[in-house]
Amino acid sequence: MKGILKLAYKLLVNDKAKFTALLVGITFAVYLMMFVTSMFFGVLNHASANIINIGTTIWVMDPAVETVSNSVGMPDYVLDAVRSMQGVKYAVPLYSGGALVKLADGTYQSVNVVGLDDTSLLGRPTLLEGNIEDIYAENGFIAVRDAEFSKLENPHVGSEFELNDNRAVVVGIAEVATSGLYGTPTLYTTYERAVQYIPNPRYTISYVLVEPKSPNDIPQIKQQVERLGYRARTKEEFMQRTADFFVYQTGGGTNMLIMTAISFIVGLSISGQTFYTFILENLERFGALKAIGIKNRDLVGMILFQATFTAFTGYGLGVGLCVLLIWLAKLRLASYAAMLTYASLAIGFVMVAIIAAVSSYAGIRKVLQIDPFSIFRG
Amino acid sequence: MPQVAIKAKNLDKWFGEGEAKTNALKDVELEAYFGEMLYIVGPSGSGKTTLLSVLSGILKPNSGNVLVEDVDIWSLDADKLADFRLNKIGFVFQDFHLFPRLTTAENAAIPLILRRKDWDESVREAINYLEIVGLKGRADLPPVKLSGGEQQRVAIARAMVSKPDILIMDEPTASLDGDTGNAILSFVHKNVLNANRCIVVVTHDSRIYEFASRILHMEDGRLTGTEKGTA
Repeated sequence: MKGILKLAYKLLVNDKAKFTALLVGITFAVYLMMFVTSMFFGVLNHASANIINIGTTIWVMDPAVETVSNSVGMPDYVLDAVRSMQGVKYAVPLYSGGALVKLADGTYQSVNVVGLDDTSLLGRPTLLEGNIEDIYAENGFIAVRDAEFSKLENPHVGSEFELNDNRAVVVGIAEVATSGLYGTPTLYTTYERAVQYIPNPRYTISYVLVEPKSPNDIPQIKQQVERLGYRARTKEEFMQRTADFFVYQTGGGTNMLIMTAISFIVGLSISGQTFYTFILENLERFGALKAIGIKNRDLVGMILFQATFTAFTGYGLGVGLCVLLIWLAKLRLASYAAMLTYASLAIGFVMVAIIAAVSSYAGIRKVLQIDPFSIFRG
Repeated sequence: MPQVAIKAKNLDKWFGEGEAKTNALKDVELEAYFGEMLYIVGPSGSGKTTLLSVLSGILKPNSGNVLVEDVDIWSLDADKLADFRLNKIGFVFQDFHLFPRLTTAENAAIPLILRRKDWDESVREAINYLEIVGLKGRADLPPVKLSGGEQQRVAIARAMVSKPDILIMDEPTASLDGDTGNAILSFVHKNVLNANRCIVVVTHDSRIYEFASRILHMEDGRLTGTEKGTA
């Protein structure tokens, strides 16, 4: 079979024009599919940045919360009630909100402020510079060195700026796993300072972060919070809720589906038609092979190999092109929201497998139908 | 007495049904022997190509049977029939049917490759046959770089490379000029025909009759006469 597959390979790649057209078609389709899904998964990942970075097990929130960045304030008694619930090891408040920073040059920059529980500092980021204790110092803030860091004029420990007309001092530089979706820098401080510096409505707790005594306690904690009129979600559920919001309530999911479908149709059309033309052009020669004595299963093997080889070479090139362009984009724009995930690779793989199957099916049908007698008839 | 290579009995073949029915072969009987170059000649539409296809295991007759080396080829299943063609028969087609994207040597090696022989070994063996047909030094060229006569020689090398007992040539001179056609058949007669091989040639080119051992005349699907050749 090895020699027969080499024959199939040579027939395919030696027809450089057709092979190139096939590869270009599939590569372009895979690139589009990969890029659209990567963009979408990137957006979802960035949208869940605070959930990922803080990383607690359970988040308690108002039932109206749809994404982590749009919190609804909760009264203080919720924190006390949660702390008294069965199965709760500990519970702390979290503040999350926006503020305006006045930079040294007089311009304003909006920022995302995360207020950590004063006692535990649960959810604190990894410090690159400075000491975590300094967060308790007067006007202390920790700046996150992510893609948006430069928007704060690349502060260092000791840098000062105004935050909502209050003096703020950078006491540490930190790193986080994921930067946010909206292109705003992030500052960490204590919960008390956050609610003190940032004007708030009556209720100030954005989320209550909960650590259960054991994973088995999670269901009962959720039930107790539910009875209180609030909602408890695990980290994964909250990320899924955020993702669902972007998928189903912003049109993002529909757009991604449409773009993926269009890419698939383009790839299928180009490669299917080109491959079919390739088969038609070689039909008489396939007929000659049948007359000489090739078996039908070997012919099917040749065509399947040609279609599969082309499809997966195109898949590799498409993925490579996508990685290259995302890398180039991230060189220019560090917060570029595109992320190549196993899911998008799998989606592309399945699509390409379908393209290969459909293309080869049409070719196989045609080749099996050809009567070697027609070779004699001319 | 020469040994029988092909024996055909009561062959009938028709195409279509009812009013559209066309009888291509009517009660054809023939024997072809090893060591002979048997010509089947006749006007267009006389059934020559149909007969050739039936004898070589490509087109199934409606009735009758074909024994090749005492094997009833039309009793074989599809895979065994394909194996039979691959191992016993060499084909030289009217339009050569060479793959333009393969080299001359790779084209000639195809029957060996289909027999699952190693690629490099097959190509090496094919190059030997290209030397035999006078195409030494052309092995790496694509067929499109060769003249019609040279392409026909490649087709002959491809047919010979598997050392078939029977060589089937369908209108071998139809795409060639008179001198080239004559040279090709002369070459086949001198270098390809031997006591262990039977060559069946379908043609209506009377300029190459001189190489025939026997000539069978066909008309309207029937064999109408046998003529002893001059070769």
